[in-house]
Amino acid sequence: MIIGLDVGGTHADVVLLGTEGLVASAKVPTDANDLFHTVLRGLEEITAGVPPETINRIVLSTTLTTNAIVQGQVPPVGMIVSGGPGIDPALFRTNEHYFTVGGAIDHRGRIVEAVDPRDIKTIAKRLRREGIRQVGVVGKFSVRNPVHEVEIARILGDEFDKIFLGHRVAGSLNFPRRIATTYLNAAVHPMHKQFFLAVQRSLNEKGLSVPIRILKADGGNMQFAASIDFPAQTILSGPAASVMGSLAFAPDEDEALVFDIGGTTTDMAILVNGVPLLDPAGIELGGFKTLIRALETHSIGMGGDSAVRVENGELKIGPERRGPAMAYGGPVPTPTDAMFVLGLIRSGGREAAQAGISALAAQLGTTPEVAAERIFDGACRSIIDAAEAMVARVNSKPVYTVHEMLEGHTVKPRKILVLGGPALYFAHRLEEMSGYRVGVIPRWKVANAIGAALARTTCEVTVFADTERGIATAPEENYTENVGSRFSGEEAVQLAYRLLRDKAARLGGTAEAHEVEVVENLQFNMVRGFYTSGKNIRVRVQVKPGLIQDYDPVAGRLTD
Amino acid sequence: MITARQKTGLVFFPAFDWAISPTHPEREERLLYTQDQVFEEGLFDIEGISEFKPDLVTVNDVQRVHFCVPDPWAVMTESHFISAGGAKTIGMAVMDKKVERGFALVRPPGHHAMRVVHGSRGFCAVNIEAIMIEFLRAAYKVRRVAIVDTDCHHGDGTQDIYWHDPDTLFISLHQDGRTLYPGTGFTNELGGPNATGMTINIPLPPHTGDEGFLSVMREAVLPILQEFKPELVVNSAGQDNHFSDPITNMNFSAQGYATLTDLLKPDICVLEGGYSIEGALPYVNVGLILALAGVDYSRVREPAYDPDRIRQPAMVTARIAETCKEVLSLWDQRQRLRDRAGEAGDLATRERTVFYDTDNIVERQKETVRVCRDCGGAWKVDSSSDRQKRILAVHIPRHACRACQQAGYDWFEQAPTDGFDRVFLQDRTKDQFRIKGLQPSGA
Repeated sequence: MIIGLDVGGTHADVVLLGTEGLVASAKVPTDANDLFHTVLRGLEEITAGVPPETINRIVLSTTLTTNAIVQGQVPPVGMIVSGGPGIDPALFRTNEHYFTVGGAIDHRGRIVEAVDPRDIKTIAKRLRREGIRQVGVVGKFSVRNPVHEVEIARILGDEFDKIFLGHRVAGSLNFPRRIATTYLNAAVHPMHKQFFLAVQRSLNEKGLSVPIRILKADGGNMQFAASIDFPAQTILSGPAASVMGSLAFAPDEDEALVFDIGGTTTDMAILVNGVPLLDPAGIELGGFKTLIRALETHSIGMGGDSAVRVENGELKIGPERRGPAMAYGGPVPTPTDAMFVLGLIRSGGREAAQAGISALAAQLGTTPEVAAERIFDGACRSIIDAAEAMVARVNSKPVYTVHEMLEGHTVKPRKILVLGGPALYFAHRLEEMSGYRVGVIPRWKVANAIGAALARTTCEVTVFADTERGIATAPEENYTENVGSRFSGEEAVQLAYRLLRDKAARLGGTAEAHEVEVVENLQFNMVRGFYTSGKNIRVRVQVKPGLIQDYDPVAGRLTD
Repeated sequence: MITARQKTGLVFFPAFDWAISPTHPEREERLLYTQDQVFEEGLFDIEGISEFKPDLVTVNDVQRVHFCVPDPWAVMTESHFISAGGAKTIGMAVMDKKVERGFALVRPPGHHAMRVVHGSRGFCAVNIEAIMIEFLRAAYKVRRVAIVDTDCHHGDGTQDIYWHDPDTLFISLHQDGRTLYPGTGFTNELGGPNATGMTINIPLPPHTGDEGFLSVMREAVLPILQEFKPELVVNSAGQDNHFSDPITNMNFSAQGYATLTDLLKPDICVLEGGYSIEGALPYVNVGLILALAGVDYSRVREPAYDPDRIRQPAMVTARIAETCKEVLSLWDQRQRLRDRAGEAGDLATRERTVFYDTDNIVERQKETVRVCRDCGGAWKVDSSSDRQKRILAVHIPRHACRACQQAGYDWFEQAPTDGFDRVFLQDRTKDQFRIKGLQPSGA
């Protein structure tokens, strides 16, 4: 059986899935100051009375690293950055112990200027003196040639707990994002390692020896052992958990929107043929723009508990939440209270809701019922508008070939899947207003935990070949080989797939044929003078986000 | 976090699947390393720099500028529609105040494309700056526009398009036409009788370096712009003055290009040529974008940069100073020169041959312009190519006086359809394009 656990802001959801479907589910309150205890309590509740040997998979999605970054509660780490000509790398400073050094690599990976080892030794001495245990090393164009990062790490030696190298965190070009991503990995490394070691140890004590897996922001998971090298990939896994939970009910050959409507916010995502769209750039969190793969999600400050007020005669809903709905003892009227007045919800303090909405109605000079209609419609309208703007944004992303420009795919969702507390009540009106078919995700209360439980292991590999320089390299995989002038685009794809399978296995997955795809495949003849001197090949392949195959039937039974 | 001082928009369209021919300088690979550099520097993440997806231009947009023979589809590929569309998208973003400045980093280029188009010349089929400018004039009522062409080759196409337009100041800095394609762009090319002085050519000797380019900007271009007071400054931002460019002979650097941009403060830049695809373009484009956005560019440097090796010879410096003096003097005399160019109501004619080097076509033109002191003057071009196509192109300018409108219509109506494959009327007062012709398209 599988355990999926998702820690949210107010509570943690946990499910136990078996071949027969959802076996058990539980909810425990989140103690933000003691996530370890929260996770353990969740796991204890769900495994009570369950023989440990029947559990063969445990997937956790936590807010541990996200919270630490947002609240700035990370230990000091060292950053050594080799920029070369261009924008002054000092402008990309991430933290206090941030040092820029010499050395330069150009866009094709050729060394322009060497690193001075004396600079590195001086910095190393200083970092040690200040008690720094984690160091990030990043060079411009290190994904074209990591030699300077490797050289700096060699000079730093084994006197630090962990050294993160920029070319290992992501294969794409973006020096400032590579710096931020490397920094975040270094910064969350100690707490991530300590936390999950402790969880694993506690589980072992209960006889649960299966290695734990951790959910990533791209809706995939990785085994704890592998996550030590990429701990920052676990940030912002929460929205991904819900989206993955909706996948089992998404149309296979169509496009759909997913709305996770909560108390404070509504998170939205786009599914194309049952696969969630990925953000082409990377996560932005706590002021850092990163290369961390994530699902394309958008969040707006609109939910069942959004504060409603009248300003200058106009109705304002959200974005802030001041507490629960008045019907549940909250201080200000909310869309939930409007739904009480409209008779959509019945269980709770209808009088308090009525009083709150009546006060607003008086300010608007109308009846409570009309005011409630307007609040409810306003909330639905802003969710639909935000979703349409998100689709428009996705469709207006620049492309770089004539073919994509003229034949490129345009996303046109026809269905909305909703989940979350107030989702059930919103569904009908969303359908009337948008003209989309709206479906409520079954088991929506624990869809996030189900999503974590059933997510497959995802990963990505970038291969870059330059036959004039005679190299093919996959920087993230620490892979370089010498290739001849006949090395082809097809061979590059084969190489990428081979590396992808190895990587997936390392992370705890499979990379089977139906799970993988080529994301980018460009090949250029390099012409110097009037003859072709080589080929420049760029290939990116991935295991797409999706659900593990063995449990497809399980998902089908979740509707029971 | 880095923040742009000026909100800056970019259209990046490298057309990775389009080439004139496999080993042509204008090929798929041209902006590959520029893309690498721009992405790696993280320019699109700078607060205040945003990327726009280009729209395609319409045939109407093209026909506001060009007379394509026999029609736009015959001379344009999809990539031209997108490249011109990229310029248009940036122009709209600036006019709509989404951004303060913009840069269309697109290919193929356009500044060698003239009014009449029988094919491609100098790697260009249609003039992407002119298509953008005439769209902005039609849609946003912009009137006074200055184009500063800093490509190493004379912008003879843009010059031809605006030869008779008193509202468009065209300034071209380029390597001396006696030493480089297209062999034109001398100081005495000043514009037609209705716009004399509005075309300004500043030919520069081979080996002109940072010092020379920047002194021309400070001594000639900026003072002239200040006097002209354009509503919009467009920079045809060719990058082939770079010391490493394989098909030119200049000594300009990435720092030089960035500083030039900083001085010129163009509203809109449009990429033109530049064929040092590894050694120059990545660095010149990064410098140019940073300068436009008002972000520190002082550390942008190409690997092969060696100030001593590309220092400008003293003789060159002296020649440039003389040229600037001459240009300024002609600019000061422009009203007198225009008055002397003809009497109102006269018909001025010229004949010439245009060679389309990319497509190997020879065109003969006979141009007639009505000398007018009230507007830009109606004109017509009788054009035939060695491909047996003969057309008559009639143009009525945007703010045409009644007499010039009448002249234009008379020419169009009275042209014999049996003498021409097509007779075109470009009536800019009505934003209309009309075609008379017996033979169907493609005949």
